Amino acid sequence: MRKNRIAFLSVISGPVLWWSLVLLVPYLIMFTLSFYTRKFPSHIPDLHFGNYAILLADPQYVVVFIRTIKVAFFVSITSFLLSFPLAYFLARKVRSKRIQLMLYVATIIPLWVSYLLRAYTWKTILGSEGVLNSFLIWTGIIKAPVSFFLYNQVAMIITMSYIFMPFMMMPIYASLEKIPDNLINASKDLGASRLTSFLRITLPLSMPGILAGFTFTFCMASGDFISPVLVGGPYSNMIANVVTSQFGLAMNWPLGSAISVILLAIVIIVISISDRFENTGRVNLG
Amino acid sequence: MHKKPFDFWNNAVALAAFCAFVFLYLPIVTLILFSFNSNNVTKLPLTGWTLDWYAKALTNSDLLTALWNSIIVAIATVFICLVIGVPTAFALDRFQFPGKNLFRRLVLLPITLPGIITGVSILSFFSMVNIPLSLWTVIVGHGTAFTAIVVTSLFARLQRFDRRLEEASADAGAQPWQTFLYITLPNIRTALIGSGLICFTLSFDEIPVTFFLTGRDNTLPMYIWSVVRRGITPEINAIGTIIIITSIVIIFFSILMINDDSNPKK
Repeated sequence: MRKNRIAFLSVISGPVLWWSLVLLVPYLIMFTLSFYTRKFPSHIPDLHFGNYAILLADPQYVVVFIRTIKVAFFVSITSFLLSFPLAYFLARKVRSKRIQLMLYVATIIPLWVSYLLRAYTWKTILGSEGVLNSFLIWTGIIKAPVSFFLYNQVAMIITMSYIFMPFMMMPIYASLEKIPDNLINASKDLGASRLTSFLRITLPLSMPGILAGFTFTFCMASGDFISPVLVGGPYSNMIANVVTSQFGLAMNWPLGSAISVILLAIVIIVISISDRFENTGRVNLG
Repeated sequence: MHKKPFDFWNNAVALAAFCAFVFLYLPIVTLILFSFNSNNVTKLPLTGWTLDWYAKALTNSDLLTALWNSIIVAIATVFICLVIGVPTAFALDRFQFPGKNLFRRLVLLPITLPGIITGVSILSFFSMVNIPLSLWTVIVGHGTAFTAIVVTSLFARLQRFDRRLEEASADAGAQPWQTFLYITLPNIRTALIGSGLICFTLSFDEIPVTFFLTGRDNTLPMYIWSVVRRGITPEINAIGTIIIITSIVIIFFSILMINDDSNPKK
């Protein structure tokens, strides 16, 4: 038993030290900073809720919070509508295991491929001098370039859905793949129509995956500041953009920390809610 | 023989899946296509084949410096991820201790959280203890953000690993280090290589954490970011094509490695 304890300490002490220094302490400092007072050019220790009060009272921040939640929500819905048929097709319709695996890997590879470049590409596609416009002019569908593709919230939702779609796809696929064929066959033998067995067997059993997918996509989308700048245009600031400006040009770290704490809280709440519903269908890296 | 009747729903699902797949790859194809197109505006029709954008990108000294910085950061990040991630995964797999659940959640937090929170919190920490920003601070940030990837894939592998093999090795008189070297390590090797490669590509592409933690040195994504904010140039398509193709190859192999089932638990 003692030997075991020594082994344990030698394995755990390094990681505990590291995680405390880079995770726990920084989170605590961020939390503390959010109660400080800004004093040009930096900030002074304090304990007040002024920063949070500003965020709740000032309409410009309230608008940003609502917009962030709205955009992240629509991004999750769009990714879901795109991912579910794909995941369903791969998991339930493709019969060859090899082809199934190959197609699955092909769908999740874009997840790990440069996020910045994928956002950039949408800018080149949607711009008024871009691929889509020039294609439509070339084929004679429109006469002059239109500008409403880029620099609005729709462009932002398309781009972010594209970027985060694999996060939705992976857990849904994992849960669909686990459903035994027997269950579906049994329901058919008992006379259920295809719609009935889908609604009463496949869909409920894939719910954990769908929930996990919504959680990941929502969390990732709500912290994005790249797409709003690249494709979002003037009225597209999200929470993360406000954080970058408070830590950058505006030089108001206490306010920036307060916003980060709220963002952190939103994400943790979403994660805990979905945790309550399920424990399967977690993202599996491969 | 009678022909199968036309099945509307099956075809609809297949069509929707096909569209989603096209949606996933069309932008990547577009990016690559325009890196070879001679027009300096990314529009159709294509005007002709060229390698000029590649020549331009590869002689751009700012870009090359940034590329070199990114390679250094990515290698150091992989090192941190393995040095911290391996013992963390072992601790989670093999020991019961108070606060284990909390520890697990804390460790996995950075991959579930938007990177910006990791960036901001570490920045606050460094500024409080007066550590100046540099590539070193970027490396610490990346290490924090991505170690969880090594932890999850190694943990999954350890769970499948048959520990009776280790007991047998100990019974046969092997020292603990021998057992580790000859029994445990070969079984987890592919998971380590695979997750290490993923950490490399992620660090190489990282923006949200780097944004807050870098000093005067640019990494490649920060350089690209500063360029694409101003406008579009096919030079970015050229360097982007190189990055994307390299990442796809690396990721493909790392996924194969992580899913390696040559030693399944029976």
